[in-house]
Amino acid sequence: MCLGIPGQVVQLLAGHEHLAKVDVSGVERVVNVGLLEDEPLAVGDWVLIHVGFAMSRIDEEEAEVALKSLQLLGQAYDDELEAFWSTRIVKDHEAGGDRDDGSGG
Amino acid sequence: MRFVDEYRDPVASRALVRRITELAGDRHLKFMEICGGHTHTIYRHGIEHLLPENVELVHGPGCPVCVIPMGRVDDAIAVARTPGVVFTTFGDMMRVPGGDGSLLDAKARGADVRFVYSPLDALRIAEETPDRQVVFLAVGFETTAPSTAVTLLQAQARGVENFSVLCNHVTIVPPIKAILESPDLRLDGFIGPGHVSTVVGQRPYRFVPERYGKPLVTAGFEPLDILEAVAMLLTQLAEGRCEVENQYRRVVREEGNPRALALLAEVFELRPHFEWRGLGFISQSALRLRPELAAFDAEARYELPGVRVADPKACQCGEVLKGVIKPWECKVFGTACTPETPIGTCMVSSEGACAAYYNFGRLHRSAAVVLSRRG
Repeated sequence: MCLGIPGQVVQLLAGHEHLAKVDVSGVERVVNVGLLEDEPLAVGDWVLIHVGFAMSRIDEEEAEVALKSLQLLGQAYDDELEAFWSTRIVKDHEAGGDRDDGSGG
Repeated sequence: MRFVDEYRDPVASRALVRRITELAGDRHLKFMEICGGHTHTIYRHGIEHLLPENVELVHGPGCPVCVIPMGRVDDAIAVARTPGVVFTTFGDMMRVPGGDGSLLDAKARGADVRFVYSPLDALRIAEETPDRQVVFLAVGFETTAPSTAVTLLQAQARGVENFSVLCNHVTIVPPIKAILESPDLRLDGFIGPGHVSTVVGQRPYRFVPERYGKPLVTAGFEPLDILEAVAMLLTQLAEGRCEVENQYRRVVREEGNPRALALLAEVFELRPHFEWRGLGFISQSALRLRPELAAFDAEARYELPGVRVADPKACQCGEVLKGVIKPWECKVFGTACTPETPIGTCMVSSEGACAAYYNFGRLHRSAAVVLSRRG
């Protein structure tokens, strides 16, 4: 449960303080980025995500290293990804899909 | 791939192992890795067999699921079985055995137990089902506790009255202190935890060199990170230094995450004492909700049995968590206790030393035995 999984910010949700949509291995979900508010994030930034929260900003190199390492975990990473896919911390219509907000943040 | 190769580079790892071998000389040295994620990396990549025999890695108590005592699991099950309750927790907690089965067993017997990825998912369930009481079982070190803090503040701000948290968050420093005070184990240094340190920073570990005279190096989760941390510990010993050093600079900052620390202080206070599986009662080692948030505190809302339940006699998780024995030295390892039917917590979580060794380590170990016979 202590895994930090790397994700790339694809959209900062307008009208939702501290929420961003991130891409983890091709799946986009909304996470809370409030813990990093001292250093505002931009689209394209990489973060380590833990239980629905971005816990630290990382560079692309670290993201790739961490991802490859996690993939080697096998089942433990599959379980974590499956759990990540299940997350839905805001209602679907608020999740900033393209049809609602095409600005990309 | 070019990035990753730097961390898996066999040439680099051979060079590090050579340096470690030279630095260690013929002394027998024991370093404890505190974090379960490190234990996993060590077994996954067979690092203990790359190291010279006289440099031993000992596994510590840094798996938050593993250290929850059975009585606390029973408390959780009692809340989960309360009529009208939706009980939520992380997947890893579902199979942790209590005195009378696990949360998964309680679910099979009719309790509404659901696993969630984030405490925010539990809050969302509460908002979507206002006619039910939604309880979130919070576990984890300082890595995870800020997430619970944010969730609680959101619940308070939005007035989500049917949401509460059963708080079992623990803190990283007291168990390190307990291990340093324990007469069972003589250690020469520590590999400090990675993700916890992104929150707490490096300062809280200073007592390790200052008061106990042991070096501590915070490390990342790649095999080369671990080897480099071991080399850094040995270099300190060789140079007569004893400090807190940071090998994981690319993620961990010296000061940690001040925002997350402020949230922890706002939402939680220290419990006078808390029971850890294997380590017993440790004073000021766990968090509870501040009185201002009592409305969201499941401990205040529900009648908890609060009974201390002794671990099964056969289970040696306590000794494994303290680093006194290795997983394979436990009497029930791999026979009565397996990841499918765990007796102890260390076999439940993938970060638990026993599960990590069961899944990966024993293959490396049997290969090493074969090689040593040939040699």
